[in-house]
Amino acid sequence: MMENLNSETTSNYDRRRFLNRIWAFFGVVAAVEFGWLGLSFMNSRKERNQPVKTESIIAAGPIERFAPGTVTAVPSGQFYLACLTDGSLLALSRTCTHLGCSVPWDEEKNKFICPCHGSTFNLTGEVLTAPAPRPLDIYPVRIENGIIKVDTSALQKRDRFEPSQATRI
Amino acid sequence: MTPDHPKSRRSFSDFLLHLHPRTIPEENLRLTLSWGLGGMAVMLVCLLFLTGILLLLTYQPSTGSAYASIVTLTREVRFGLWIRNIHHWSANLLVVIAMLHLLRIVLTGAFGQGRRLNWIIGLFLLFLLLSANFTGYLLPWDQLAYWAVTICTSMLGYIPVGGLWLQELFRGGAEIGPATLSNFCVLHVAFIPATLFVLLLWHFWLVRRAGGLVQVEHDNPDDVPVQRVPTVPNLIVREAAVGLVLVAFILILAIVWDAPLMEQANPGMSPNPAKAPWYFLGFQELLLHLHPVFASFLWPLLGVAALLWVPFWQDSALPTGVWFGSNSGRRLVIWTATVGALTTLAIILADNLLLQSNAAVAVDTLVTRGLLPTALLIALLVGFYFLLVKGLKYTRAEAVMAGIVLVLVALAVCTIIGVWFRGAEMHLVWL
Ligand code: HEM
Ligand code: FES
Repeated sequence: MMENLNSETTSNYDRRRFLNRIWAFFGVVAAVEFGWLGLSFMNSRKERNQPVKTESIIAAGPIERFAPGTVTAVPSGQFYLACLTDGSLLALSRTCTHLGCSVPWDEEKNKFICPCHGSTFNLTGEVLTAPAPRPLDIYPVRIENGIIKVDTSALQKRDRFEPSQATRI
Repeated sequence: MTPDHPKSRRSFSDFLLHLHPRTIPEENLRLTLSWGLGGMAVMLVCLLFLTGILLLLTYQPSTGSAYASIVTLTREVRFGLWIRNIHHWSANLLVVIAMLHLLRIVLTGAFGQGRRLNWIIGLFLLFLLLSANFTGYLLPWDQLAYWAVTICTSMLGYIPVGGLWLQELFRGGAEIGPATLSNFCVLHVAFIPATLFVLLLWHFWLVRRAGGLVQVEHDNPDDVPVQRVPTVPNLIVREAAVGLVLVAFILILAIVWDAPLMEQANPGMSPNPAKAPWYFLGFQELLLHLHPVFASFLWPLLGVAALLWVPFWQDSALPTGVWFGSNSGRRLVIWTATVGALTTLAIILADNLLLQSNAAVAVDTLVTRGLLPTALLIALLVGFYFLLVKGLKYTRAEAVMAGIVLVLVALAVCTIIGVWFRGAEMHLVWL
């Protein structure tokens, strides 16, 4: 009699523990589901908000306009057209490679100076002083019928300046 | 319940007693134990909720109209400017008060056994409160807001694994735009306040469960029985006094000092200098000296990990309830703070010369501005610890206290330099 009762309570206890485990399991499943739901919701916003790729080719003007050793801002494409000393052209992104501030060209000091943490870049976009970790990004430049065209959809990152990056006239 | 108090009359104080114990140790009432800092923080959060709800009535969270809605608020809405200023000053003062509160916990040994979980929760609260401040900073969509969100989300991009993914998640796309503002607005007015509220209740309940604030341990507890006094009115009256003085102070501050508002956001031009909000200027100083992976990821990670771990180190907390643990502890803190401040200043000035002299950075900055300073920092802290414990025979708890004070002082010096001594292009300037 005594034994019977004991084994019954044990099995009761086991059953309860088993059921508790099941509920805990469903709880975890529900949490995972909600997490997944939230993440996919937010990921889909990411995709919808990718920049529109139309009008990615920007005409920066006729070649005669750019003298060697000068930098011209092209606000419509958010880049600078740097005409290097040998007359070749480089389209430099105006976004600082450190933390994304907009870098102005300083005519007098002949370099780009970032207002946020003081990184400086030379005419070819190379880093003169840290903290920026790499040179300014570039866009491909083409010359069609004497007009300079820049493809702003094809941003290129680079580790150093090489003459082959610039477009010769 | 005493019969001369009918139930209904007691209900309000009963509610207060749900957050407080019915009686508290008399010693806990001493103002010089806690300085009422936690209570002040609660008062500020209340002010923030109240004024936040009012602001939300005129604020429009879209990139096109956010700025205009703030301008309307400050120019045309009756008391709009005042409400905005109250919100602004409460938020900023809350950062200061919370840091002082943290310092008080460290200096009175209040993160030891029985209070560990509450220390962790406190750290989460600090994180939430900084996030609340930062997300709020973005809402007006002025130049300050735009460039702060640019810099901060770019910092996420340096996290080695999943950084870019996180960056896009917070921006709501590859670039900063309307989705970014919606994200930050939801975080600021819903997610963070709700989480903050839950954690605050937990925080208070844990204080209660630990038997009140830290107390001086008497050698023989039978000699000096702990005197307990009823919470109502003893504690409540003191809380009200501190809270009301603080509210008065904020209201006056908000009359004489307007919250800043720059021009509307302009993605084409960063302001010069582009500074982070003041409570992040310590980190901004790091950004000027270190490789971005180290400044925006590894050093903060190390700091947070150390803070989370410190209460679990055996004997790392001071004897409870005595400021600085002892008089020699007090002297140690004064020395550490002075030497720490001067050293930090010297390092910043020296590195500034170094940064200006080496024109070409052909050298690998990941090593020179990353691994090397990190190794130096760790060597410095470990050396400092062994000097105190082995050389000068301080206890571990005193050494830990000195270490935390050292780091906080360094952060404070960086913040002061960032606020007052950095000018155009973030060059050092003298006032
Ligand atoms: C948890 C603590 C909170 C902190 C630390 C905080 C902090 C801030 C800060 C620093 C700003 C920038 C405002 C300025 O510069 O004037 C701000 C703005 C704002 N906050 Fe909060 N806030 C908090 C809670 C709330 C709550 C609970 C709400 C509403 C439910 C709210 C609604 C707003 C709104 C609508 C703005 C935009 C108005 C403006 O920028 O002037 N805040 N907050
Ligand atoms: S964003 Fe240009 S230096 Fe930091």
